[in-house]
Amino acid sequence: MDHMTHAEFLPFEITVAILACVALILYPAAMHIANKKHRKWPASRCIFWFLGIILAAAALSGPLARLSHTDFTAHMMGHLLLGMLAPLLLVFSRPMTLMVRTLKVSTARKMSGCLNKKYVRFVTHPLVAATLNIGGLYLIYMTDLFTLMHTELWLFALVHIHVFLAGYLFTISILYIDITTHRYSFIYRAIVLILALGFHKILSKLIYAQPPMGIQKTDGEIGALLMYYGGDIVDIGLIIVLCCQWYRSTAPKKQDEAWS
Amino acid sequence: MTGKQEARWARPARNIWSGVLFGIGLMALIDEIIFHQLLQWHHFYDRSTPFIGIMSDGLLNAFALFALIAGLFLFADNHRRNLAHMRMWTGAFFTGLGGFQVFDGIVSHKVLQIHQVRYGVDNLLLYDLAWNLSGFILIAVGVVLFVQARNRMTPGEAG
Repeated sequence: MDHMTHAEFLPFEITVAILACVALILYPAAMHIANKKHRKWPASRCIFWFLGIILAAAALSGPLARLSHTDFTAHMMGHLLLGMLAPLLLVFSRPMTLMVRTLKVSTARKMSGCLNKKYVRFVTHPLVAATLNIGGLYLIYMTDLFTLMHTELWLFALVHIHVFLAGYLFTISILYIDITTHRYSFIYRAIVLILALGFHKILSKLIYAQPPMGIQKTDGEIGALLMYYGGDIVDIGLIIVLCCQWYRSTAPKKQDEAWS
Repeated sequence: MTGKQEARWARPARNIWSGVLFGIGLMALIDEIIFHQLLQWHHFYDRSTPFIGIMSDGLLNAFALFALIAGLFLFADNHRRNLAHMRMWTGAFFTGLGGFQVFDGIVSHKVLQIHQVRYGVDNLLLYDLAWNLSGFILIAVGVVLFVQARNRMTPGEAG
């Protein structure tokens, strides 16, 4: 089985670029509509959206994406951007909250009805989201999926859509920044976050020990180190935000503070 | 006694949690920066690590990273509630530092064989002894500080 050529990836790259452009136009447009009816939507959230979309698109389209088809370290860089950093940035832009603000009341009600469905409750459960996210990575690197996805475009697209969506799902299951319907305690989310980070580290070492088929030993080792320490950097961000939310939520009431 | 001091003594558990967690996290960070990155004595993976060792190391380090940050936030929470007590916190902090050191030295290095203190040396036993002894000294310092803090409490403060 041979790797696909760059030309074969072209339709995928163009699709990603178009979708990214649509996303980059939609958010400011939604902001414009929301600002007419509600309090001014902060421009900083728009910057988070732009950064998130651009980083996710850069992982799938353009020079880094092309390099990642043959270079394992570039591939890992792409996965860090697509599955970890971009979702974290996008959650900070609160796309669901913005969307609800642009909708009519009746449509918004329907949407919140959808969010209360059992299926949504199931996939946004921290343990389920973590399993979809980290479990998916084990499937990619511990089975032949890594080799196979480089031979079939539809499989490549499917795997990368999964990495992005599962990364986003995991982030919103841990951090309650955007609209969240089913909530779990801080301790519970902290434990799931530690487990997910732990299994991410374990997978990095397993890849270091034995990189996927067709990957040079040194390339595999550098990619695994990048996965390990790069994962740490993004997860430090997740931990700080989670702790910050806990710190704010447990703030003593005014009357408790009065005597101190 | 003012209400401020009484409140501080009412919750020693808060100081212990914050200090121990931060100590564990900081020692894991020191281990990573000094022994993995600067000295390069420790290996990321030494090709003989059993799977269980990789698993325990990954989970332990993930926990330590969380502990480092959560310990500081807990300290900030204690501080704003006027429950922070520096000597008691420092005692717990040293216990955490030493606790991680000893756990790493005995369970990670020896029982699970994740990696050794240093490779290519004849006197590995000496390195292991120094490693674990320093850990026990840190724990001892922590316990002494903690007991001191408790002894300084007057019966009325114990509340």
